[in-house]
Amino acid sequence: MTNAKSKPGSMLIKGGHVIDPAAKIDGLMDVLLRDGLVAEIALPNKIRGGADEKFDARGLIVAPGFIDLHVHLREPGQSYKETIATGTAAAAAGGFTSVCTMPNTAPVVDNAELVAWLRNPERGAVVNVFPIAAATLSSRGTALTDFAALQRAGAVAVTDDGKPILEDEIMRAALRLGAQLNLPVVQHAEDTRLTENAPMNEGPTSFRLGLRGMSTAAEAGIVDRDVTLAQQIRESRLHVAHLSTSDALKAVRRGKRAKARVTCEVTPHHFTLLDEDVGEYDTNFKMNPPLRSATDREAILVALADGTVDAIATDHAPHATHEKEVEFERAAFGITGLETALALAITKLHREHKIPLTRIVELFTAGPARVFDLRGRGALARGNHADVTIFDPKKRWTFEAAKSRSLSHNTPFDGWQFTGKVAATIVGGNFVYCAE
Amino acid sequence: MNKPARGSLLGIEHLEEKEILGLLRLARRMNPLKARPLLRNKRIALLFYEASTRTRSSFEVAAKSMGAITVLVLSSGSSIEKGESLLDTGYTLRAVGADAIVIRHPSAGAPLMMAKHLDIPVINAGDGMHEHPSQALLDAFTILKHKKSFKGLRVAIIGDIYHSRVARSACHLLSKVGVKVTLCGPPELIPEFATTLAPGLRITRHIEEALRGADVIMLLRVQQERLAGKKIHLQDYMARYQMTMARLKLAKRDAIVMHPGPIIRGLELTSEVVDGPQSVIVDEVHNGVPTRMAILARALGKAS
Repeated sequence: MTNAKSKPGSMLIKGGHVIDPAAKIDGLMDVLLRDGLVAEIALPNKIRGGADEKFDARGLIVAPGFIDLHVHLREPGQSYKETIATGTAAAAAGGFTSVCTMPNTAPVVDNAELVAWLRNPERGAVVNVFPIAAATLSSRGTALTDFAALQRAGAVAVTDDGKPILEDEIMRAALRLGAQLNLPVVQHAEDTRLTENAPMNEGPTSFRLGLRGMSTAAEAGIVDRDVTLAQQIRESRLHVAHLSTSDALKAVRRGKRAKARVTCEVTPHHFTLLDEDVGEYDTNFKMNPPLRSATDREAILVALADGTVDAIATDHAPHATHEKEVEFERAAFGITGLETALALAITKLHREHKIPLTRIVELFTAGPARVFDLRGRGALARGNHADVTIFDPKKRWTFEAAKSRSLSHNTPFDGWQFTGKVAATIVGGNFVYCAE
Repeated sequence: MNKPARGSLLGIEHLEEKEILGLLRLARRMNPLKARPLLRNKRIALLFYEASTRTRSSFEVAAKSMGAITVLVLSSGSSIEKGESLLDTGYTLRAVGADAIVIRHPSAGAPLMMAKHLDIPVINAGDGMHEHPSQALLDAFTILKHKKSFKGLRVAIIGDIYHSRVARSACHLLSKVGVKVTLCGPPELIPEFATTLAPGLRITRHIEEALRGADVIMLLRVQQERLAGKKIHLQDYMARYQMTMARLKLAKRDAIVMHPGPIIRGLELTSEVVDGPQSVIVDEVHNGVPTRMAILARALGKAS
């Protein structure tokens, strides 16, 4: 189920340090890829026979291809912000071999034809694209879409991202139908009745700037309700998108303890930045959910370390300059994130907060693969897809937004110095990115 | 993007105490009836995206009394109505030859954004719920006229702090000049974190406590049009926070009563208080002109 072509022939990745959390591998290994699949993993110099190509991975980490559960590639309809071609090029540069696209495009991806259109090779994707389809028609929150048809066409989950499903009855119906099909329902948890005209988190900074605040309760209340529904509906699968608050984590933990099928993702900006970083109305720090307080960030860091969080997802949300260079309250929500995610994870989570690299790799690979059941991905097991991310965990570099492969440059991390950089990205046995 | 041009006045928060005192000194020397033509041949655009009576007319009088040409641009009846962006409107006014822009806008931060993209001074005449620096300066000017010095003063600010750009600017200014400020009102209108705005702020929910020993009482209108989901029972609010003659007796005998306007008689204060001997509400409006003359003179570099 991939729209990136796999390559006949073989490649040997030699001398690297393989981290494959699913197989509990954490050591020097060689990896042989053949005909688009993983052929063999063995201790150094134990793989016999030649290979068409060799990659010297000494000093580098070799990991299963990274998976991003939450990106906006803006097609169809908003190709001035991003296209599938430019967005997946940015993904490749960020080490992602698979991305899951959000359906809030123009039109909304609420039918099988559009799902197929997204997966058509003519879109020019260089990494695997897994569409997430709308949960309700036009994401209006009133009538469910045809989950079965969407799933057959290749949708891996359903959501009304950006427009949360507020009605209890609709959410219950979505979880029920999802349970029958083993299809996750992804919720952007925000009680929009409480966040009207609010462009940032509620707290001292919003008060100082004279901006209305989004309360943490607006997120936690919806997560709490959804977890309760997921506990009531047997076999239903709830995935909480871009979780940002301590109270929402409590609800997720409650669901997990009760063995409900509840998962959640966290973005790099929420584990890195705070609401006060908005500074003097910097619209590159405006996103939804908003940057939160230190208390919330601390809770997220704990949950990333202790296993409560299932995946790091970027919520890559490109916007044109004219949509950001406006009054803060009018500026579009969202930032780009594909090319800075790994660097932030290593710089912040690993070096600053001492979270082991194995856990970080899990959050980019086995974790997200499990959330949406992406078979044959997220691990380097023999027979799996030859999707590999190779990175240098010690390389120091400076991110320049102007050099981004994304069509848009709305990032708060322009000019940031990072440790940890992608060296090469391989999709289906092909190099789709190689650092110079 | 660049730094705002020298002479811009975007808020009180980032001013230093000596800049504030300098502006107040300059304002004291300004007399609209005997003004020197400091702004002769200067063009000042008054860009108003929101309704205004006091601020707009006093900026206009201030500018004209010093010899400036003013151009008034309102959001209705201009290209703003056709969807022109704030920045493009700014570039247009600059191209027409504006030497400074005075802007009132419903979005917090709009004047700063304009200032970052233009090379002429931008003066904030009120941005959303953020700041209203010229109002804070004219209020400080008014306080000094009646109290001689800020030293040891106690100021009570009563009412809808949350929605008030006047309150935010006043808190910054009074804090910087060392005045003790007590904020008073219900939690819906004054969240606990309001005290983080500036050093030396405290909150009380009891008007009696706020008034005791106060030298200055600043009242604010409940901005019902901005409440958005917050529920305020006006009867309840009036019972607890309305300024009456009886309550006024709790303050110092020579306490003054201030209000930035517009006032709603019978809501946040009674008519007796408005028209009473301790009220300086009309004087505030009067002081708006010399204060804004000082702001404009500073903006266009002719302040001597």
